Amino acid sequence: MNDTAKAPHAQAIVRFDGVYKIYGEGDTEVRALDGVNLRIDPGEFVAIMGSSGSGKSTCMNIIGCLDAPTRGGYFFRGVDVGALEPNQRALLRRHYIGFVFQGYNLLARTTALENVELPLVYRRVPAKERHQRAREALAAVGLSDRANHTPAELSGGQQQRVAIARALVCDPSLLLADEPTGNLDSAKKMEIMELLVRLNEERGITIAMVTHEPDMSGYVSRVMMFKDGRMVDDGAPADVAYAGPISQRPLSGRPSSPGSAR
Amino acid sequence: MIRNTLVMALREIRRNTLRSFLTMLGIVIGVGAVIALVTIGKGATARVTADIGKLGDKLLIVSPGGMRRSSGFSAAQGFTREDAAAIKNEVTGIERVAPTVNRSALVVWGNRNWSSSVTGSTSEYLDVRAYTLESGRRLTEAEVSAGQPLCLLGASVKKELFGGSDPLGATIRVEKVSCEVVGVLAAKGQSGMGQDQDDIVLMPLRTVQRRLAGSNDISSIYVSAQSKSSTARVKNQLESLMRQRRRITPGAEDNFMVRDMQEIAEAMTSATGTLTALLGAIAAVSLLVGGIGIMNIMLVNVTERTREIGIRLAIGALAREVLLQFLVEAVVLSTFGGVIGITLGLLGSYAATRSLAVPFVIVPNILFVAFGFSALIGILFGYLPAHKAARLNPIEALRHE
Repeated sequence: MNDTAKAPHAQAIVRFDGVYKIYGEGDTEVRALDGVNLRIDPGEFVAIMGSSGSGKSTCMNIIGCLDAPTRGGYFFRGVDVGALEPNQRALLRRHYIGFVFQGYNLLARTTALENVELPLVYRRVPAKERHQRAREALAAVGLSDRANHTPAELSGGQQQRVAIARALVCDPSLLLADEPTGNLDSAKKMEIMELLVRLNEERGITIAMVTHEPDMSGYVSRVMMFKDGRMVDDGAPADVAYAGPISQRPLSGRPSSPGSAR
Repeated sequence: MIRNTLVMALREIRRNTLRSFLTMLGIVIGVGAVIALVTIGKGATARVTADIGKLGDKLLIVSPGGMRRSSGFSAAQGFTREDAAAIKNEVTGIERVAPTVNRSALVVWGNRNWSSSVTGSTSEYLDVRAYTLESGRRLTEAEVSAGQPLCLLGASVKKELFGGSDPLGATIRVEKVSCEVVGVLAAKGQSGMGQDQDDIVLMPLRTVQRRLAGSNDISSIYVSAQSKSSTARVKNQLESLMRQRRRITPGAEDNFMVRDMQEIAEAMTSATGTLTALLGAIAAVSLLVGGIGIMNIMLVNVTERTREIGIRLAIGALAREVLLQFLVEAVVLSTFGGVIGITLGLLGSYAATRSLAVPFVIVPNILFVAFGFSALIGILFGYLPAHKAARLNPIEALRHE
């Protein structure tokens, strides 16, 4: 697991060395990722931004070990993910990565507590410890009093907080959030973003968030801007935000979709 | 891993009560319907076979009339007491001979009356037709030859006239003849042809001939062979003897008929064989329909469950862990459904056989076939879509609509 001392990025959680993801062949070839280099270090809260089709989702799937690169090196905590079998990637997810999705993706008719316990079941954590850790995770997202509610009995914001608790419960090295606020109104968006910031600052959890909403960049420490499969900018939110087209700037409280600029 | 998966599968079954119920329902109906159908069919077949046995499978009936020339029976002269005596003396391989005469007559006791079939015969009639006594006694040789006004009642006649009270010693009227009841026959039930064999008043042959029929004709002669295998030989002898006694020239048609119950039994058995085959075909169709029901509910689950599979994969489940869970769920539901189906099928067919008064015969093979087929379909269609979904990229599975 430990890289040799020569490796310059031994501490990185995520490192891309010229990653390509190519679908199709010949004339129909689509380069979803076209030689991307990036790194995410422990304790960071980064946003991966870009319009739809920019490659940010593909990038997240690869970071999350859900998909493997076509070419190039992806190192997760120093492990070459490209060389792994699907089952080995699943084990990486199980032990090191927590997911939060736009659509919450909780199991229906299953209580919040049981949803949060699910990753621990696959980790073979004994039942007693599982309950305790799940309750702690629910407490951390402020939902102790909703432990026995099913998703249908919870609001969107509450469901997303359950999903975050589920991602947290395993103390992941990396929490990946795919448009976590996409289905929420602006008050709930703030609530979720503040929760993520708090988890990042208080618990030191590394978070990578994919979003197309420029407003969200205000909460993160670094923004990676994607366009046409390449990373076109990488830096502090203030610097990157102005690199995009004028329409993408967070001028008012109401974000405009970068997709509409096309 | 197995224990964890089992717990997870059972939890998932309990959680989705409606889905689990519907899945099981398909299997319950598939298995239950087939088992009920086949069990009832088997019972009916067993009943028919038993009825043929009750009729007496060593029995031959000699009756006047021919069957070949035209449709139905042509009128022909009856037999005489001498014919019956000749059969007894000349035909080998026979056990008993019972000359009979049959009439339908009104039977009256007190203020009740009942139209029944009055049979005049000898005491041996009981043996050739396999009747047994419930109470009272048989007619003696002397009573039969003297033509005494005595009778034995079949169970149906007894019930109609006397209800629950004891008819022994009572004097009933048969048409204009008063006669004393000396015995009651045990119930035999319907014959294979649907006749009530208990609707009978048995009297001495001579009594019926003289006082009811007013002629000495004998309408048919019942002959029982010594064994089943000798019936064909007995039949040949009976035919040649009767041709000779009735002076039928060679080449002319018989004006009498010898019916062999063995032949009739065989015909009936082949008819019930057809019935069984038909029931089997219906059972196969219901099994198929049940199977399609199971298949549908399993496939309908797929959308919701594809997302579930995506979620499980994303949070780190291995494909084989997810598949094992789905397999366990399908096996548990199929087994539960199968057991409930067998129970309901047997209970239902037990109730049905009781109300149809046919024997309750469990066919072990069909239990296995119905259960096995339904379980196979349930497991296959519970597992295959899961297998497909588990091979998807988790992200694609999550996007599945």
